[in-house]
Amino acid sequence: MEFHVNSPILFVLVGIIIAAVLGQSIFFLWRALSHAKKKGMDKAIIRKTITSSIVFTIAPAIAILVGVITLSKSLGVPLPWLRLSVIGSLSYETVAAESALRELGLGLEQTIANAADYVTVAFVMTTGIVIGLVLVPLLTKRIQGGLLKIEAKDKKWSEVLNNAMFLGMISAFLGYVFCDVTLVFEGTTYGLIPVLVMLCSAVVMAVCGLLSKKLHARWITDYALPISLISGMAVAIPLTNWLG
Amino acid sequence: MKKNNRSFVEQIHIDGRVWGLSLFVLILAFPFAISMLYGVVPKWEPMLRAMITVLPMYWAVGLIEIFTYVPMLGAGGAYLSFVTGNISNLKLPCALDAMERAGVKASSEEGEIISTISIAVSSIVTTLIIILGVVLIVPLTPILAHESLNAAFAQLLPALFGGLAVVFVAKNPKLSIAPIILMLALFIFVPALNASTVGIMVPVGVLFTILVARILYKKGII
Repeated sequence: MEFHVNSPILFVLVGIIIAAVLGQSIFFLWRALSHAKKKGMDKAIIRKTITSSIVFTIAPAIAILVGVITLSKSLGVPLPWLRLSVIGSLSYETVAAESALRELGLGLEQTIANAADYVTVAFVMTTGIVIGLVLVPLLTKRIQGGLLKIEAKDKKWSEVLNNAMFLGMISAFLGYVFCDVTLVFEGTTYGLIPVLVMLCSAVVMAVCGLLSKKLHARWITDYALPISLISGMAVAIPLTNWLG
Repeated sequence: MKKNNRSFVEQIHIDGRVWGLSLFVLILAFPFAISMLYGVVPKWEPMLRAMITVLPMYWAVGLIEIFTYVPMLGAGGAYLSFVTGNISNLKLPCALDAMERAGVKASSEEGEIISTISIAVSSIVTTLIIILGVVLIVPLTPILAHESLNAAFAQLLPALFGGLAVVFVAKNPKLSIAPIILMLALFIFVPALNASTVGIMVPVGVLFTILVARILYKKGII
């Protein structure tokens, strides 16, 4: 069989795996919805959870699609489609693909021409991400069990612990926003773009919260995160033209 | 009969293990399938050299991510997120926002339900958007590769965490001060810390914040 990075058989193989992954999401959604119904949870809350999750996901999902297009120059469409739909993130997949391509004497701008090179890259990209797939089924119950023990012992501390974990993650990303800010002293202003984008997004979120209270419009809160996300990203366009 | 007596979370653990390990086999089968289909073997030397470069770092980060993200995602959310990926930039913010709006705690059964629904919906939408993008890749490429859109997508994380920070900092002002100051100082003054190392700094931020929370909790400040 003649090899090509966009060969139909590769699309079929990737399609099968993605269908299975989609099946898992649909199964868990059905399981959670059934249990919500059984518990008598408020249908309006469930409906809002679904609609706001859909709206929130659109922009980041398009960003992932951009990643597929970026990697498709060298790897064709099926492999990046698989790697970015299942587990991968653009930053990891680019590094893994680049490392493998470099060892093969190739680069991200060249299209892979033979099956042996393709298989080599596919093995490197796949083995890099398997750790979570193997260990999550084995460790999740134990980790959750540990948290339940903490909750049983001290419920208030358990809540504080939960908030601390969320804040720890958020603070790391807030720090990252400022990583290039000192370049201003060298006359380079692009490090200010993420800081200003973050501030804009924060202000929009705060305004959404205030408007929701003032106007008694709960729907504003429901969509506040996607609104602040899109506003921040939109502001990034003129900011990049100005400071980039 | 026995199945009916299982709690929702217990059932999620069973489903999660079956799905997770089955998908592990299926995903790992992809390079083997191409190998057999085209009758080729990987180029061992370049493959091993690339693996030595990539694997130690990514396996270590992957292991730390499990202990960092699983407690925040809940059981159902964790089983889904570690298969579909993009946890910090999509699945976890989506679940956090959903739980916050629904007024449920992550550790409660209601929290488990809301987190699972939001992550499952997010995973389905992401997969469908990428499928649509792959089908329409030829007309979409010039649009998505446009300079302006690239500028917007490059700032996805600052735009996302700016909004999210307002909600969680407003909820926990006393607890927020120390971790934010530490992370700002580290990212501003340590040149090695940048976009590619932020993933490693998440567990550092989480552990530090837990430590600060414990001290403040013991002193009765929070």
